[in-house]
Amino acid sequence: MMDAAKTSDDAGVAQRREGMRLLARATLGELSLAWDAIDDKPEVAPVRGPETGLVMVRGKIGGGGDPFNLGEATVSRATVRLSTGEVGHGQLLGTDKARARLAAIFDALFQSAAHRASVEALHEQVAARLDAEDRRKAEETAATRVDFFTMVRGED
Amino acid sequence: MYVAVKGGEAAIANAHRLLADRRRGDRALPAITIDQVVEQLGLAVDRVMAEASLYDRALAALAVRQARGDMIEAIFILRAYRTTLPRFGYCEPVDTAKMKVERRVSATYKDLPGGQLLGPTFDYTHRLLDPSLIGEEPVDEPVLKEPGEHVMRVSDILDGEGLIEGDGKMPEGHVAGDLTREPMEFPMARDLRLQALARGDEGFLLALAYSTQRGYGRTHPFVGEVRIGEVEVELELPELGFAVSLGVIRVTECQMVNQFKGSSRQPPQFTRGYGLVFGQSERKAMSMSLVDRALRTDEFDEDIVAPAQDQEFVISHADNVQATGFVEHLKLPHYVDFQAELDLVRRMRREHDAAQAGGKDGMKEAAE
Repeated sequence: MMDAAKTSDDAGVAQRREGMRLLARATLGELSLAWDAIDDKPEVAPVRGPETGLVMVRGKIGGGGDPFNLGEATVSRATVRLSTGEVGHGQLLGTDKARARLAAIFDALFQSAAHRASVEALHEQVAARLDAEDRRKAEETAATRVDFFTMVRGED
Repeated sequence: MYVAVKGGEAAIANAHRLLADRRRGDRALPAITIDQVVEQLGLAVDRVMAEASLYDRALAALAVRQARGDMIEAIFILRAYRTTLPRFGYCEPVDTAKMKVERRVSATYKDLPGGQLLGPTFDYTHRLLDPSLIGEEPVDEPVLKEPGEHVMRVSDILDGEGLIEGDGKMPEGHVAGDLTREPMEFPMARDLRLQALARGDEGFLLALAYSTQRGYGRTHPFVGEVRIGEVEVELELPELGFAVSLGVIRVTECQMVNQFKGSSRQPPQFTRGYGLVFGQSERKAMSMSLVDRALRTDEFDEDIVAPAQDQEFVISHADNVQATGFVEHLKLPHYVDFQAELDLVRRMRREHDAAQAGGKDGMKEAAE
């Protein structure tokens, strides 16, 4: 019983985490269009931000060793509460506070049964774009792979 | 005595207005946009991000434009900007083994899992000026090919045989230091040195790295691999109790493999130097890894005989914002200091002349 509860909880966390990853990569256009498409919009109250600050990006010594501080990056974040009670967090690289606020709204909507499907549709849309971009880059890189061939010396 | 001098406000205002005019240049030409700088001068943007120690392509491009292309001025502006922002936290360390690789070359293995991926490189170009870039000639789309297998880390290949030292370990319980929060102290631990090198001046590190190759602290290096690509940046959210992705950044990593060390307790194995830099900059990442290895004298009982091995010398002079501040401050008014020196040298001259004259008189008297 306990284990089952924990497993479903872990699955919930993994889903939300993956959703937040995609929302952090969503463009302002993708977020705005998806928000416009929602019919029964709840009221959105700010809890924190949107605000811009810094995070310290870290590396690992030797690539896999102990951490060291590499340098900072700009981050914008927001926390919102919907009139239906859900609290959402948005956080992404860069200084675009409007994107962070919308990401927070969609994180909150993801927790509402009524809106979950439309948020998942947005997740899928962003995931498809990122996959296509990554695929394209990987193909471009693959075309620059060196094919060695061995020179045969002497006569035979 | 300290004498305050006022004046120059109008001259300063007019000078800044003139600067804005020169920055804009010929008004008959279109103004350059931030997006154009990001897209078409991307490696200048990368250098500014790396040495300002702040990853934000748009802000770095703005700094480049504001500085009229003066890189150190742009770095200075971006470094100053970061002080205006609050710190939200420390990210999870980026995992370069999971990098979406856009370039990876190894000088130690010809055939290795993932292969030699040249990516968008200047290598093997003839370095001839290209007149086709004067105008707006159309540019071909890149060639596409089916991607191959996972790009394995070269250090893992050598590690499998136990022929190379492991990834860097700090002493038990060590907390990674942060140069932006603590004053510099020497001797400095390797994690802090890497932070300083990652934001150090590319030219300075390049020169030091070159000096080790020419015999000033030789380390017999091979490029195990250089890889460039995007890595995920994750931040733990205390509200939720798990780490979430904030997006991706492009970094360049260099694994330098250096000649072996061994002892009575440990069989000989290759040693390593490490470089990790914001953006695409393999010259900087390679230089960083060479200098990192040269600075590890205490770990390998090496004598400090060359500048690149002297951590106080290297780290204290690697930051070009500090360096330019101290060098360039010399052009600011030093009227009073100089007046004092002038008075002093005049007095010394008078005393010298008097001594000379007295000496001659004495000689004359003795002769008479």
